[in-house]
Amino acid sequence: MLSEWFPNVIPEDLWIATQETMYMTVVSVIGTLILGVMLGLLLFLTDRGSLWENRAVYGVTAIIVNVFRAIPFIILILLLFPFTDFLIGTIRGWKAALPALIAGTAPFYARLVEIAFKEVDKGVIEAAKSMGAKAHTIIFKVLLPESMPALISGLTVTAIALIGYTAMAGVIGAGGLGNAAYLQGFQRNNFDVVVACTIIIIIIVFIFQFIGDLIAKAIDKR
Amino acid sequence: MIQIKNLKKIYQTKKQKVQAVDDVSLTINQGEIFGVIGYSGAGKSTFIRLINRLEEPTSGSIEIHEKEITKMSANELRLKRQKIGMIFQHFNLLWSRTVYDNIAFPLEIAGVAKSEIKEKVMELIHLVGLSGKENNYPSQLSGGQKQRVGIARALANDPEVLLCDEATSALDPETTDDILDLLVSINQKLNLTIILITHEMHVIQKICHRVAVMENGKVVEEGDVLDVFVRPQSKTTKRFVQQLNPLEHQQDKLAEFINDRDDSEVIKLHFIGKNTKRALISEIAKKFDVEVNILQGSISPTQEGSYGTLFIELNGANDVLTKTIEYMKQAGVEVEVLKHA
Ligand SMILES: Nc1ncnc2c1ncn2[C@@H]1O[C@H](COP(=O)(O)OP(=O)(O)O)[C@@H](O)[C@H]1O
Ligand SMILES: [Mg+2]
Repeated sequence: MLSEWFPNVIPEDLWIATQETMYMTVVSVIGTLILGVMLGLLLFLTDRGSLWENRAVYGVTAIIVNVFRAIPFIILILLLFPFTDFLIGTIRGWKAALPALIAGTAPFYARLVEIAFKEVDKGVIEAAKSMGAKAHTIIFKVLLPESMPALISGLTVTAIALIGYTAMAGVIGAGGLGNAAYLQGFQRNNFDVVVACTIIIIIIVFIFQFIGDLIAKAIDKR
Repeated sequence: MIQIKNLKKIYQTKKQKVQAVDDVSLTINQGEIFGVIGYSGAGKSTFIRLINRLEEPTSGSIEIHEKEITKMSANELRLKRQKIGMIFQHFNLLWSRTVYDNIAFPLEIAGVAKSEIKEKVMELIHLVGLSGKENNYPSQLSGGQKQRVGIARALANDPEVLLCDEATSALDPETTDDILDLLVSINQKLNLTIILITHEMHVIQKICHRVAVMENGKVVEEGDVLDVFVRPQSKTTKRFVQQLNPLEHQQDKLAEFINDRDDSEVIKLHFIGKNTKRALISEIAKKFDVEVNILQGSISPTQEGSYGTLFIELNGANDVLTKTIEYMKQAGVEVEVLKHA
């Protein structure tokens, strides 16, 4: 039945491509999470009226974030080729896609993180201050837990955008389902391979959305 | 003892300067409940937030137990704040933590050992009457229960003073009374100094020993609650006292009782403290040849004793009326003649 509908699909190859897409996505989500939260925190904390108000740091961070968000992803990959080559030692394969993927999505996520922190009740931060909390206590015991549902749903949105980016990276040599769809499907006129890759990507997106919603709901005690 | 001297706070906004607290000096005694009342925008919140330096004073000094808050470094202040409890109008609990963990939070901040935290938190949960609710999240509690968590949290590190910023303003009248009762019992049990701000005279009447009235950033009147109630000086204070005792501004309704007969007088009596328990009316009715007609009356309990207001009409011969009034004055009751014969 499968071979009837998808005569040109080689299951082993598709499985490898799926794994590569998953690796790329998971590793980049982790990288985006770490970098995004750090940038988002920096934006939040150095903003006017905040804990570490600092116009210079806020200004520089905001510019970096905005510039990286403004660059189209496909161009960002090309721009980062020298950096990737230096860092990973190659510009081919799924690992080579990581710097561009993280640099492309972390600034986007940083903004979502900043918004999430801004939505934390000012009164609760004030209460922590009135108890004599240190800045790191406020960050780790108030800001992060109180904004967690927003951080998780923001990460879900970011991860899904990221899956789209992995396909784009795949087309120019990073492996994964995008690569399979382009090389084994499109270029060889095997349209069934393109469809099979699309279906798998849609399934991966749905799984991410489902897990993200589930976690966000479970931790939201409001 | 808390000593506040020439405290000022000026907010500099783009358009203008706002003198939110204007040269306030107050002394608050150990173990008393001190109330600050004022209308919205009077500067009450700013004042109470200056005490733990959530707002930096523009000038002036604050001493708590001989330690000058205003001179402390950031780190000294942080440690001192662990000994200054604060509760808020909107409770400001962490929704991500259970009742237990909310109360444990200040103890975690103070670096208390886990085993000690458990003991202390359970003791506090019991003190504020929330036993059995320790694993609930704030969203599962009523407003009054949330404020109880706020109070327990504020008491966790055995503070020297408790600051209350409109602690009952978001609660319904019945819950307000429950929370006020809790504050009084804590004040008595722990001999804890409490400073509270409010715009409701009811709160002042029910639990405060002394009160300051704020207007435009200044303290316009200050004293024992009973004194301020019975002899309000400023216009603002009089309005607050009226808010509590509707009889006062119904005086014009008494006009219909005031007739032109020259053998009758309408009199307002103020009973203060132990005098409220005295059966003065039946005394004068027996002693003098007068008819007593009670028009209106009310009694208000305060922390320092009760005070009552009574409007009566006296009918009798002119010289008897004079003697009767003299007798009541001798008895220590304040007498105000509203209509002369
Ligand atoms: N952060 C601020 N910046 C500028 N003005 C402020 C600020 N906070 C309070 N004010 C002003 O100070 C005055 C007193 O405010 P507040 O202390 O909140 O009064 P209250 O608590 O008695 O209602 C008001 O005129 C208010 O607008
Ligand atoms: Mg206020």
